[in-house]
Amino acid sequence: MVSRIIRRLAQAILTVYVVVTLTFGMIRLMPGGPMDYLRGQLIQSTGGQVSTQQINQLVEAYTNVNPDQPLWSQYIDYVIEIASGDFGRSVVYNDPVSQILAQALPWTLLLMVTSLFLMFVVGVGLGAVMAYHEGERVDLGGTLAGILLNSIPYYVAGILLVYVLGYQLEWFPTGGRMTQSTVVGFNYPFIAGVFHHAALPIVSLVITGFGGWALSMRGNSIRILGEDYLRVAELRGLPSRRISLWYVGRNAILPMYTGLLINIGFIFGGSVILEQIFRYPGVGYYLYTSIGARDYPLMMGGFLVITITVAIGVFIADVTYGYIDPRAGGEGNESY
Amino acid sequence: MSHTETTDDDNQPEEGENSLFQVESEIERTRSERYRQWFETWVLASCRIAWGDWRIRVGSAILIAYILMGTVGVLLTDPPTIGEGTRFIGPFESWQFPLGTDNVGRGIMAQIVHATPWMLQMVLAGAVFSTILAVAVGTVSGYKRGTVDSVLMTITDIAMTIPGLPLVIVLSVLLQPRNPLVIGIVLAINAWAGLARSIRSQVLTLREESYIEASRTIGVPTFIIIREDILPNLMPYVVVNFIQAGRNVIFASVALYFLGLLPTSGPNWGVMMNRAYTTAGALYTAETAYWLIFPMVTVILLVLGLILFAQGTDRLFNPRVRARHAGEGKGMKATTGDDEDTTQGMF
Repeated sequence: MVSRIIRRLAQAILTVYVVVTLTFGMIRLMPGGPMDYLRGQLIQSTGGQVSTQQINQLVEAYTNVNPDQPLWSQYIDYVIEIASGDFGRSVVYNDPVSQILAQALPWTLLLMVTSLFLMFVVGVGLGAVMAYHEGERVDLGGTLAGILLNSIPYYVAGILLVYVLGYQLEWFPTGGRMTQSTVVGFNYPFIAGVFHHAALPIVSLVITGFGGWALSMRGNSIRILGEDYLRVAELRGLPSRRISLWYVGRNAILPMYTGLLINIGFIFGGSVILEQIFRYPGVGYYLYTSIGARDYPLMMGGFLVITITVAIGVFIADVTYGYIDPRAGGEGNESY
Repeated sequence: MSHTETTDDDNQPEEGENSLFQVESEIERTRSERYRQWFETWVLASCRIAWGDWRIRVGSAILIAYILMGTVGVLLTDPPTIGEGTRFIGPFESWQFPLGTDNVGRGIMAQIVHATPWMLQMVLAGAVFSTILAVAVGTVSGYKRGTVDSVLMTITDIAMTIPGLPLVIVLSVLLQPRNPLVIGIVLAINAWAGLARSIRSQVLTLREESYIEASRTIGVPTFIIIREDILPNLMPYVVVNFIQAGRNVIFASVALYFLGLLPTSGPNWGVMMNRAYTTAGALYTAETAYWLIFPMVTVILLVLGLILFAQGTDRLFNPRVRARHAGEGKGMKATTGDDEDTTQGMF
């Protein structure tokens, strides 16, 4: 168990390191990359009055990459700066990138963790009910609904929800993340406002996403219903409640763990689109804004922050997995 | 394959005096028989069973309709041009523009049809790329084991953890790809990882099977074992994931075009949605909403066709689900046997 945690931690760190290297490569080596663009922007804004050396110093302040140095030393400096939490400066907001993203991250986490949790719970519950009533009307209806909802892209559902519930009925806000006049803290108006603003994005993710989980859970449960150990459990005269929860439920959920891991990455990546549609200022929203403004430092920072969040999420999911499946402690490599 | 043809029956008499060639021709013939048998069991029989499943019937009908739209449809409808009709003709109002026109008088129908080949190319490129890469990594990793395995799987895990969409966004902003094939590949840049994982675990169990062990013992080259004995067993996973990869490419590409993050070239469903959303206020005014709705429906239908098809083939290939339902006389009703391989399309 402990060695498994250490190995997973090493892997999470390796992932982040690879992505840091990737962003360095994109800043430094890509054709038409941020370096030249930023330099052009700076020369223009200073009216061509400053020397190349000064421009390069400014570029370094923004991207953490000093073009004067040899490539290997640029790279080492970049990795060290990122590791110490310095992501450079945003061109548009003229604030440190880390500061902008740090205040946006909790909001993205709120949206995405809630969605992922609800999607999983609703999907697993529905899938179990469908498997229990296999072949009946509930099952057929659930399968159809699951497939239909699963083929709607979440952003399309989001657009429709904003249109109907936001603009037409005006039941929900169409942008922002909290009610204007409320005071941040543990008070009812603030918390109610936060959930009021988060409701539509979460709903659009959950209604288009739970179908896949339900179908998956249903398939797994049905497969397990045919296994020998279940027959043995029945012959032993175990109560059906115990059988359905511990024998069917637990074993049916296990394979869905892979889906959960992959979906952490998927869902946080999706924040770029979702937060833009709902004008919800989270990490994805800033990533999108930075692209429009060609604010490369903020763009690279946003990408890095989302990746780091996902790496941490996958690590946590991985460690907790050991509690659901005791076998994971042994040959942990199979669990992914 | 060309080798097989030259050593066919009609060439045999000329080389008859050399016994060595005769031996070879016999081997070749059994191989061509094997291909025929493979075709019989995997293609013909599958088609026969598949037709009994309503999801495959509906799914393939939808997919064939899109393929026809992207090939014959493009020839039958004129490409959309600016000012060919009046602005904002509503849907079902004119024969010339069955789905209405946009703010510069272009037919919505023509735009949807002419975007199809482009979309299909992109989807196909992404799906082919990620499937081939996944199969290669998965089989090699599972078969070789040892250091090769741990190196490849570490790479796979990293690729799986990196969130694909932001990476694709950053890459497409820096590279500005315009070719549909390139965009498809960029969009599928980390889609291969999940499939590679599940293929590897399949290969790990397969390689211990007695018939594969036998092949290994008599010294059949690794490449032949993988091609002849292992790959056919992986087909179910490959087919289902090929379709899932295609679905993910559609989701991602339409989203990126909708947000205006990919360079626009030619008609495109996502670009249509973007223009309807940003220029016509289709979200706020019911009169122009159709401009936004039709491309949306086009995307949803295509994805629905793909999912139905994937669900159907999964049911068809999954021996465990099949065995459970065999002899129960329940016929081909809705049954899904998902495995790790299909879970990656949940979101």
